[in-house]
Amino acid sequence: MARRVNAWRWPVLGFAALYFLVPLAASVVFTVDVPGRGVTFDAYRRIVSTEGFTTSLLLSLELALVTIALVLLLMVPAVVALRLGAPRLRPVVEVVCSLPLVVPPIAFVAGISTVLKWGPEHLSRTPLFQTFVAVQNPDFPFVLVLAYVVMALPFVYRALDAGLRAIDVRTLVEAARSCGAAWPQALLRAVLPNLRGALLNASFLTLALVLGEFTVAQLLGFTPFAVWIYSIGGSQAQLSVAVSVLSLLVTWALLLTLAGFGGRTKTASRG
Amino acid sequence: MTATLTRADVVSAASPKRRRRAPGWLAVVPLLAFTAVAFGVPALAMLNGAFTVKDQVSGATSYSTANLTRSLDGAYLTALVGSVKLSAVCAVLGALLGLPIAQAVVTSRSRALREAVLTASGVLANFGGVPLAFAFVATLGNAGVLTRHLGLGEKGWNLYSFGGLVLVYLYFLIPLMVLTITPALEGLRTQWREAARNNGATGAQYWRHVALPVLAPSLLGGLVLLFGSAFAAYATAAAMVGSSVPLVTLQIADAISGNVLVGQENVALALSLDMVLVAGVVMAVYLPLQRRSARWLDA
Repeated sequence: MARRVNAWRWPVLGFAALYFLVPLAASVVFTVDVPGRGVTFDAYRRIVSTEGFTTSLLLSLELALVTIALVLLLMVPAVVALRLGAPRLRPVVEVVCSLPLVVPPIAFVAGISTVLKWGPEHLSRTPLFQTFVAVQNPDFPFVLVLAYVVMALPFVYRALDAGLRAIDVRTLVEAARSCGAAWPQALLRAVLPNLRGALLNASFLTLALVLGEFTVAQLLGFTPFAVWIYSIGGSQAQLSVAVSVLSLLVTWALLLTLAGFGGRTKTASRG
Repeated sequence: MTATLTRADVVSAASPKRRRRAPGWLAVVPLLAFTAVAFGVPALAMLNGAFTVKDQVSGATSYSTANLTRSLDGAYLTALVGSVKLSAVCAVLGALLGLPIAQAVVTSRSRALREAVLTASGVLANFGGVPLAFAFVATLGNAGVLTRHLGLGEKGWNLYSFGGLVLVYLYFLIPLMVLTITPALEGLRTQWREAARNNGATGAQYWRHVALPVLAPSLLGGLVLLFGSAFAAYATAAAMVGSSVPLVTLQIADAISGNVLVGQENVALALSLDMVLVAGVVMAVYLPLQRRSARWLDA
């Protein structure tokens, strides 16, 4: 029986490996083997000096950091509270955190751009207008942070909820409280350290989301990293594929680190 | 603000029950307020705009379903149908191809293989957008490595087509299916197979009467999830095919960028509403299925 299973297992996995590895290998070949010029690593050497690389990458990283900070600040107290004092709010929070799944990014950005148009159309004489201008500052478009936090809610909720399921929050907090800790202290020094894995998980997922995000940024007219790659694609094919390959490797390294952390925390809790 | 309120409340409250509940409500409020502004306002703006028509002559606005009617007509309808067709084909193929991979991994005795495939799936399922499109363009595009070396161009291969998009979308949909279906396959207990065999069932009968009914909710759930993520995908298609394949996401992007007839600016919002309705149906099917399969797997 087991041998019969083995017979089809390897062809299946072989085909899968082929399908998933060939595009990556071919992309690398594409960037180093330029027709008429032989093998050259020129494309990789030019990346850093290409206009827009540093600014767009920095913008993406800044957006990611602020998004992570904001989404954790909003979500951590909320999900801890759901466990402790407000279990009846759980369905509400669950629905709120799955709404972004029902509204695809492209539909979401259609809504956002409509709202942003209200600024010049209706509010130009009110103090709110300044806020509208400020959130669209091209050096740091805060409106993207708002959008990304919303888009990250489902992942972050799932990651934190899974983390909280593994620990007994109530006992932890009650122990800390009966030792004389105030509420903020109990949260910061008893609950959060036990949530480290889940917090890292949520942060990495948000980071990957923001670094790769294209739809919202492009349609609102900002140029973070993914939009920059797209914009050089037309004129410098080798370079754009080289950046794509590198950004893939970086994202994968991030997610693999995350997987490694996940695995380790799991074994730790088991042992 | 929150902290001071909580502490004051803790001091004044005598009963432990109240002491716990007050901070609970307060901690959830910022999240709800934030989503109301950052998500609720754009969503309502979309809903409002989808039903608003502006008269070109007088400039007066009125409510009507004209935008929605227009969004279900002509090129817009073609795009919507194109998106649904693409997502359906991708979902079915992704499920059919993901299932054997997941089964191969689950039945394997090698823990390392299992971990490797699941980790790789987690990574690949999150991988879409511009880099994916460019990787495929470099591989199978008009000047792609495989196209050149295998002479695919003369054989009529064209990446910038419906079939090409399916090939690219499967790159993140198959791993998504593997991730979705693996827990369900693991939930199939050997005792069930043994019990079936002891009662004289053949392998085919075991699958038909025991395994598939247990797997059905997860399989359907996976299909629906794949459909939803293919339906919402925009970056990959935009970076790859431009507008040579009619898709609703590309039409919306075009309309937001201002490429519409005068007086039809709100068609983008109507199209978005169409998408939300489709995605809403998808989630309405998916969530109960997920709960149903969770019941079997937890038992």
